[in-house]
Formats: sequence, structure tokens, C-alpha cells
Amino acid sequence: MSFDILEFLQSLVQLNAVGYMREVWSDDMPAWLSEAILDIVVILVICTFNLIIVLGLIWLERKVVARIQDRIGPNRVGGRYGILQSVADATKLLSKEIITPSGADKLAFNLAPLVIVVAALLMWAVIPFAPGVIGTDLNVGLFYVLAISSVSVVPLLLAGWGSNNKYALLGAFRSVAQLVSYEVPMVMALLIPILIAGTMSMQGLVMAQEVWYVLVVPLSALIFLVSALAELGRTPFDLLEAESEIIAGYHIEYSGMKFAMFFLAEFINSLFMAALFTTIYLGGWRGPGAMEYPILGLIYFFIKVFLVYFVFIWIRGTFPRIRIDQLLDFNWKFLVPLTLGLIMVIAVVVKLIPEGTNPWAAAAALFIVNILVGLVALEFVRRYARRQRIEVEEVSISLDKTGDVTEVQSTATVVS
Amino acid sequence: MTIQQVVFILISLITIISAIVVVTDRNLFRAAVGLMASFLGVAGLYIILEAGFLAVAQLLVYIGAISILVIFAIMMTRRLMQTIESPFNSQPVWGLIGAVLAFLLLALVAIRTWPTAQYPAPSGPVVESSVQQLGALMVSPDAYVVPFEVASVLLLAALIGAVAISRTEGS
Amino acid sequence: MVPLSWYLIVAALLFCIGLYGVMARRNAVAILMSVELMLNAVNINLVAFWRYLQPDLQVGVSWAIFVIAVAAAEAAVGLALIIAVYRSRDSVVAEELDTLKF
Repeated sequence: MSFDILEFLQSLVQLNAVGYMREVWSDDMPAWLSEAILDIVVILVICTFNLIIVLGLIWLERKVVARIQDRIGPNRVGGRYGILQSVADATKLLSKEIITPSGADKLAFNLAPLVIVVAALLMWAVIPFAPGVIGTDLNVGLFYVLAISSVSVVPLLLAGWGSNNKYALLGAFRSVAQLVSYEVPMVMALLIPILIAGTMSMQGLVMAQEVWYVLVVPLSALIFLVSALAELGRTPFDLLEAESEIIAGYHIEYSGMKFAMFFLAEFINSLFMAALFTTIYLGGWRGPGAMEYPILGLIYFFIKVFLVYFVFIWIRGTFPRIRIDQLLDFNWKFLVPLTLGLIMVIAVVVKLIPEGTNPWAAAAALFIVNILVGLVALEFVRRYARRQRIEVEEVSISLDKTGDVTEVQSTATVVS
Repeated sequence: MTIQQVVFILISLITIISAIVVVTDRNLFRAAVGLMASFLGVAGLYIILEAGFLAVAQLLVYIGAISILVIFAIMMTRRLMQTIESPFNSQPVWGLIGAVLAFLLLALVAIRTWPTAQYPAPSGPVVESSVQQLGALMVSPDAYVVPFEVASVLLLAALIGAVAISRTEGS
Repeated sequence: MVPLSWYLIVAALLFCIGLYGVMARRNAVAILMSVELMLNAVNINLVAFWRYLQPDLQVGVSWAIFVIAVAAAEAAVGLALIIAVYRSRDSVVAEELDTLKF
């Protein structure tokens, strides 16, 4: 076939440009070469899209958080809305001097920003943007995402160690503790859609969502949302990079472009978690007419992703920060038992539902089960809180009676 | 030299060179990074062998968990003179002789029993629904349900044991 | 095509490098890292044999997963032991840890 510009544009609209180019080149060059070139082009498109959209995301975040905090946000650079603010930030970071601290381990110091950006970009290979538009449809796609997100914990340690700085190391330890702890409920919460859909492939998960999974297993969606926020290091879990706490955490010693890499990786990860949430719980590209016109699927996908990203920013603007011990307590004493219990209950219920029932009826059954488990969990939390309150009241009563500090320490059981 | 052979040789080189870094570097942290690189190489070998699930499990467990555990242990047991003393104990030469002899023995057995001429390529394709088959094997009574349950009890024992051993007095 | 014996030789090489690390390294954590290398070599062997001799049933892969699980458990307990020993003896050099009582 010969290359025709009109047909190429038409294939772009139908989101089948890769297939069209493959056909055009099938006579001139061997199959493996055209496949290799097309793969490289797809990789470049995904990476460029990510890097460019991060500029827009930074601007969006600053504007929305500013409005939530009753101020305006960037409004000088690039007109009334400060659109070019991110470009100015990027230029500033590019022009800063790259300082390597003396005594830093060169290998670890330079490897860390590289690995973190590469890991963040690698995860985008398995996100289905539209029917038939996916980097590669691995049959263990979701598992691959979890593995890469667990690998992206390693650059934090490399950065903390390579900076030759006590505080960077301490910050890196706390970051790693938080990230590794919150991987557990994230993995287990993602197990539930896999149970229901029966497949780990991302495109398969989207196809299996006749009813969006956020309506079928809302508790699992909530647990995933919370642990994804903790994995990203966003507020309310952003103790690690809060300026009042430990200055900049594991990337204190980085400046210029290397710091920009960490910054970039955080935003790419945030957008990715929003995309993952849409794919698994909000039906991905599904919507009216998406199967016949793939371009509609792409539009639905991006609308949903930006909606979820807006929820992330909203949470950031409204919640206060959580302490590190509260964070770890919350994870191990509440989230992990809750998720384990939820998996057991859902596994039983999924097997009890007979094969050919209407998907809406099955969805309703699972929804009710979710609400029940949520209510049971809330009841446990309420009893625990009541016990705490009684103990604190005992302490205050004994304080009133005697007014003596040593008395309190011997009689009351003070619980943190 | 087909492309598959070139890729195999590249990934094996990464694995072997990182393994050599692990056993010879006097800076323990660099040895840990070499360990991670060799795990990555092994995951690559699994991908060539079409065991995709195992490759991803290797990434998740070995690089995402065990390597971090090793790095934490290195940090917590550091001494000041560590990067200056020799990495080897009192018998590196005997160790080398033993390792070389072991390698020669293993390589000889491998080449004699499965010669290159008789086993040049895999004998058949891997099934499409490999993950489903793996899951079925793990829970079916005449396959691997007993090792599966025993492995979970073992992991629970290791979890409790590790926490119990590393507690300090009064914590 | 890659012959089976190439995989076996790479696995044997990795195993023997790990063996050398176990026999010749001073630091106990380094010895544990070499043990992990040996376990990985065993896994490569398992998966290569599975792929070349019986690829229609996922037996080799499930066995390799059990090896990974056991290796993880052993690494966790081993490192906890090393940290506990470091706390009481202040040394992780394997040669210096040679008495059962102190």
C-alpha cells in the first residue's frame, strides 16, 4: 500500500494509526523492523504526552488549591491566568547549578532521579486509553503495575544514602516505611476487582465492567484511593516532604534538573494513580458509543481521569497532615484487617452468585455486602473510640480527685 | 546469531557482572545495588523464558521487598571502618578453588546430559491462560494445595519470628 | 534459538558466584546476599527446564514461586538475626562470631 495523507488522518481519528502504518510498510520493510519503529514511536508519544501534561497539571494544582484556600494563585506569567507559570518554573530549575555534595556516593546520587522517572513512565505502558489503544496488553497488566510501583521505592533509598546527609537518610527511611506499609492494602484492595473480573489484564478489566466497579465494590475503591494517596506522598500523607517537618526529606541535597526529576516523577505518578483508579473502578474508556467510535472512548477516559485528579487536589486542599505514627497505626491496625476481611467476604459472595445473573443484580448484591462490611468496620472503630474515651476520662477523673501528677502515672492506663 | 541469542547473552552478562559486584565489592551498599541489578537480570531471563507472571513476581518480591530489607540491615549494622577493610575473610583462595570446581562439575553435567544438539529449542508453546492454570494448580488437591498452605504458614512464622527476634528489651 | 544448556550454564555460573560469596566474604549480610544469588540461580534452572521440557502445565513456575516465598521468609529471619547479633556482640563479621556463650 502506498501512503495517503487523507487515509492517515482518517486512521488517526479512528485511533488506528499504528495499524495503518503497519499496512503501509508491510511491502517495503520486514515485519520486525516496522514493528520496532512503531513501538519506539508509541513509547515516544506516551512519554512526551506525560512530560507535557505535567506542566499543565502543576498549573492546575496551584490554581485549584489557591481557590480552595480563598486566594488566586499564579496570575502574572502568561496573562491573567498565569498559564505559563510552569514553563517559568521549569526554566528556573533548568538554569540552576547542579551541586553534588562532597562525599556523596556518585553512583547512588545520580542513579536515583533517573530510576524514579523511568519507573513512573514504565507504568503507563499498560493503561488502556481507548478500545484497542494500549501500550501492551499484558495478561498480568495490573500485577505489572504493582511490581513497578514497588520497584520505585528503591530510588528513595538510593537518594537518601547517596546524599551523605543524616537528615536525607532519616527522611528516606520514613518515606520507605510509609510506602512499603501502604503497598499492602493497595495490593489487596486491587485484588478485589481481579476476583470479580477474573482477569489481571487491564483491557480485560475495562471490558468486564458492565457496571462500574466503584458501584459494585465502593469500599475497595475507597481503600485503594486512601492507599494510593499514601503511596504518592500527597496530603494528608505528605509528612515526608513537608517543609516544616523534615525540610525536603530524601531530596534535600538535589538541585536544578535532578530535583526537577523528582518533582516530575511525583506528578507523573499522581496522574498515573488517577488513570489507574479510572481504569479499574470508573470503567476506563467505557461510555455510550465508545465501542463504535474509539475517539469517544479517549474523550471519556480523559474526562474521568481529570475528575479523579481534581478529587486528589480537593483532598489536598482540605485535609490536615497526619503524623507518622498515626499513619502507620491507621495502616496496620485498620486498613489491613479491613481489606483482608473484605477479600474473604467478597470471595465467598462472588462464588455464591450463580453464573448467568444480570450484571446489575450481581452488582447490587456485592454493593450491599460492601456496605455491610463497612458498617461492621465502623462499629469496631466506634467501640475502640469509646474505649479510648473512657480511659481518657478515667485519667481526668483521677486528676480532679487528687490533682497530683504522680498519682495519675500509677493508676491510669494512658493510651496514645 | 539470532536476535534472541543476542538478547539472552546481553541479559546474562548484566546478571553475571552484577553478581560479581555483589561478591567482591568492599562497599556494602554498592554490593546491594549490584544485587538489585542481578535480580533485574534474572527477571529479564524469566521474560525470555515466557514466564511473565514469575518475572513480575520476582520484581515485586525480590527488588521491591528483599533488597530493601537488605539495605536496611546494612544501614543498621554499619561500622566506621567498613569500607576500608578487605571484603574477604581468611580463605578467599580456597573459596575460589571450590567455586571453580563446582562450576566445572555443574557445567559438565549440564552439557553432557542435555546436549545442545538435542535440546535446541523449547518443545512446545506455553498455554494462553497461564495465570488461570497457575491458580488452579495452587488450590487443587492433587496438585499443590498442601505446599501452598505450608508456605503461607511458613511466611506467618517468619513474620512473627522476625518481629520477635528484633525487639529490644521493654519494647 | 537459545539451547537449553546455555541457560543451565548461566544458572551454574550464578550459583558458583554465590557459592564463592558465601565462602569468602567477611560480613554476614554479604553472605546472606550471596545466598539469595544462589536461590535465584536455582530458580533459573527450574524455569528453564520447565520451559524446554514440559511447557504445557505451569508446574515449573509454581515451584519457582514457592522457592521465592521460602527465600523471602529466610531473608527476613536471617536479617533479623543479624541485627539482633549486632546489638549484643557489636560485630557482624562472621569470623568473629565464634562462641556460643559470652
